[in-house]
Amino acid sequence: MHKITSLRMEHITKRFPGTLACDDITLSVGEGEILALVGENGAGKTTLMNILMGLYQSDEGRILINGEEVRFKSPNDAFSAGLGMVHQQYMLVSNMTVTENIALGYKAAWSALKLDLAKVRARIVEISDKYGLAVDPDAYIWQLSVGEQQRVELVKTLCLGARFLILDEPTSALTPQETDELIVLLKRMKRELSIIFISHKLQEVKNLCDNLLILRHGAVVYEGKTADHSMADIAALMTGHEVELPVNEEEACSGAVVLDIRDLDVKSDRGFLALDGFNLAVRCGEIVGLAGVSGNGQRELAEAINGLRRVERGQILFYGEDLANKSPHHIIDSGMGYIPEERNTEGIVPSFSLKENLILKDTEREEFSNHHFLKNKAIEENATELRVKFDIRSPNTSVAAGSLSGGNIQKVILAREISRKPKFLLAVYPIRGLDLGAAEFIHKQLLEKRREGVGILLISEELDEILDLSDRVAVIFKGKIQQILDRKDANRRKLGILMAGVGDDQAL
Amino acid sequence: MNTAVNILSLGIPFSVALLIASLGEMFNQRSGVFNLGCEGIMAMGAFLGMLVPYSVGHGGPTAEIYNVLGLLLAMGVGALFGTLFGLVVVTFRAPEGIAGIGLQMFGVGVAGTLFRHFIGGTQSVIGIDRTPIPLLSAIPIIGPIFFSHNVVVYLAFLFVPLSWYILFKTPWGLRVRAVGTNPRAADSIGINVNRVRYQALAVGGALAGLAGAYLSLCQAKMFSDGIIAGRGFIAVALVYFGHWHPVKIMGGALLFSLAQSLQLAIQGQGIAFPYEFAVMLPYVLVIVVLAFSRESQLLGPSALGKPFNREKRI
Ligand SMILES: Nc1ncnc2c1ncn2[C@@H]1O[C@H](COP(=O)(O)OP(=O)(O)OP(=O)(O)O)[C@@H](O)[C@H]1O
Ligand SMILES: [Mg+2]
Repeated sequence: MHKITSLRMEHITKRFPGTLACDDITLSVGEGEILALVGENGAGKTTLMNILMGLYQSDEGRILINGEEVRFKSPNDAFSAGLGMVHQQYMLVSNMTVTENIALGYKAAWSALKLDLAKVRARIVEISDKYGLAVDPDAYIWQLSVGEQQRVELVKTLCLGARFLILDEPTSALTPQETDELIVLLKRMKRELSIIFISHKLQEVKNLCDNLLILRHGAVVYEGKTADHSMADIAALMTGHEVELPVNEEEACSGAVVLDIRDLDVKSDRGFLALDGFNLAVRCGEIVGLAGVSGNGQRELAEAINGLRRVERGQILFYGEDLANKSPHHIIDSGMGYIPEERNTEGIVPSFSLKENLILKDTEREEFSNHHFLKNKAIEENATELRVKFDIRSPNTSVAAGSLSGGNIQKVILAREISRKPKFLLAVYPIRGLDLGAAEFIHKQLLEKRREGVGILLISEELDEILDLSDRVAVIFKGKIQQILDRKDANRRKLGILMAGVGDDQAL
Repeated sequence: MNTAVNILSLGIPFSVALLIASLGEMFNQRSGVFNLGCEGIMAMGAFLGMLVPYSVGHGGPTAEIYNVLGLLLAMGVGALFGTLFGLVVVTFRAPEGIAGIGLQMFGVGVAGTLFRHFIGGTQSVIGIDRTPIPLLSAIPIIGPIFFSHNVVVYLAFLFVPLSWYILFKTPWGLRVRAVGTNPRAADSIGINVNRVRYQALAVGGALAGLAGAYLSLCQAKMFSDGIIAGRGFIAVALVYFGHWHPVKIMGGALLFSLAQSLQLAIQGQGIAFPYEFAVMLPYVLVIVVLAFSRESQLLGPSALGKPFNREKRI
């Protein structure tokens, strides 16, 4: 196995029905180099990388490794050439353990009659120790939070011994601290291998990458050194306009409490109490940011509020009515808006069209149906309007929602939830995977809703997002509220300490 | 007491055709494809299994060899049809339900037609006789129940731990489970999804063929048109019932066949119990149990019935 000293993709073009996903893209990466690939949602980054991995076949163009042309018919060919990729949408088998998932690709542990799981486990422990990526080899994937799954993906790719790494938004679900650690790790790994790094977080791009390639609508719009540009420049190049994330500067609201969670106990999939005597109140016209490292009960909280998980004890008072263990249908009807974490399985029906997904919660409303018949014209108009307003990039409103790029799927969900005029919004990692322009837009929308008097519970790991938007910040740790701070008292350092589980009195 | 032993010692061989066929179907479904044509493959297996010993003649020292050849032929043709089914549903991505029903009708029809052409009428074969296990079969109660059967019965119950081992402890089993649950993930890590599905279908087909041959060679010792009698469909149901797990599937097969032998006992004893109800009993049992067993989404092959297409995102 020799090193990959240079990798080039030349004049790559790829079309999907109705979309030109990659339009004559050329890129090259040298030895020990880290190339940032950035661009808006739907710009074609993932598609380009899937072509490199042999998952998609390009319509035109070729790939050269160490100056020689290669043809990858399947990911196996790419693996043998030394490429490895962490996919944006996790490629994990949910009903298998972490070890089994990695064993799937770890051929050294295969023999005809026996799968040597001990060997795989040893490899996992070795890699996770070496790089400080903690994973539980025996956990089932379905038991893991999105952040944990992302770590598993990284460990998997490293275990398989890639000499050229492709990372498609590897940090979108990591905690700030994990992200910092990953950046340090990647910088160290740069000595041994080259990396293509895709991210919407320009801070990371600036920190880590040598070179920069910006895509827009499938074509290269800029190529150069990262050091030559400020983050604002890159954002402007990417979106075509200046980007400024909005900040909540208004007076804290003193309206009535609309969501009052009292002494809530909820069990996790693994059977322990994920929420343990959880208390939190949100007023109307207020954004409460719930900060915390993922896996501390956020998912269970969101599911319990929306009737997707059983409440063992306690109350969820919503405008005075207890929603605990009510049906999702009832909860939706009482005005709860929900932007879920798992956008593909909970937020949309992937095989339904864009326009159908946009009215998924309103099939019984008179606006869209009439004596149990759907009003197609109204549905179409609704979709056309929202598609423009939310800038959803798709060839038309009839494409399957599952065929959209990750960020655009997120916009579909947001468009639906916000446009239904909810009385309350529960937003779980709402800008995860969104490009800067879209994040700006979403944040503006959330602030707008706040101004209209909607109470918002914002669950996020992004401290910037929390600090920018929240009126009050609550920190969750091991299923309990660690502390609640007013915006003026909250800062990154304080939140970081609280999120790590250190009590106020101990640290400050 | 005696009746109970009788019911049990009858029920166990009854369960074998179901057990073998549903273990085969388990491999199909674990890889993400359900084969409703199981019944058809079993019918062909039943015919081919007895064709060889029948045409070579009866008895003689070489009879055993022809019996084995019959079983092997049934398995081979089963595997072939499993593979052909793969061509239709894996490569051409035809809807699996429809293709399966097609295969079922084809198999039952072909077996019946060939039977009339080559054999006609009711002709019995010596078939495979019981081989009581020395010593063990002499134990009272336990002996007759567990250790006085023919070889295929013992073999079938060996298949249970064996297929458990294959499914959970070998790389191939791991691949089968992966392509049945998340083919995209399997593909991204370099596994040829369609190839694994073909392999699983071939294995499933071979076992269905064997199950059919068991019916004609070991159980009925003859072939008749309705010999499979819906067992292929019951086998498919048992896979759901058993949550795609060999041991639970065995439990289901035993439950069903014990109910069947209980029904026979009821009839045999001349107890005044409506005959129709007795015949219904096993089937009602399956329906009731299926209705109340909570299908576990987390454990099952979640890509079941979905063809894989790499360039389609959904
Ligand atoms: N398999 C597919 N079938 C149809 N259209 C597709 C497919 N894959 C991608 N597309 C389309 O190609 C375009 C590029 O998508 P891609 O996923 O590469 O974007 P991206 O840059 O990775 O975006 P994001 O930042 O949101 O992940 C999008 O318009 C998308 O809808
Ligand atoms: Mg992408």
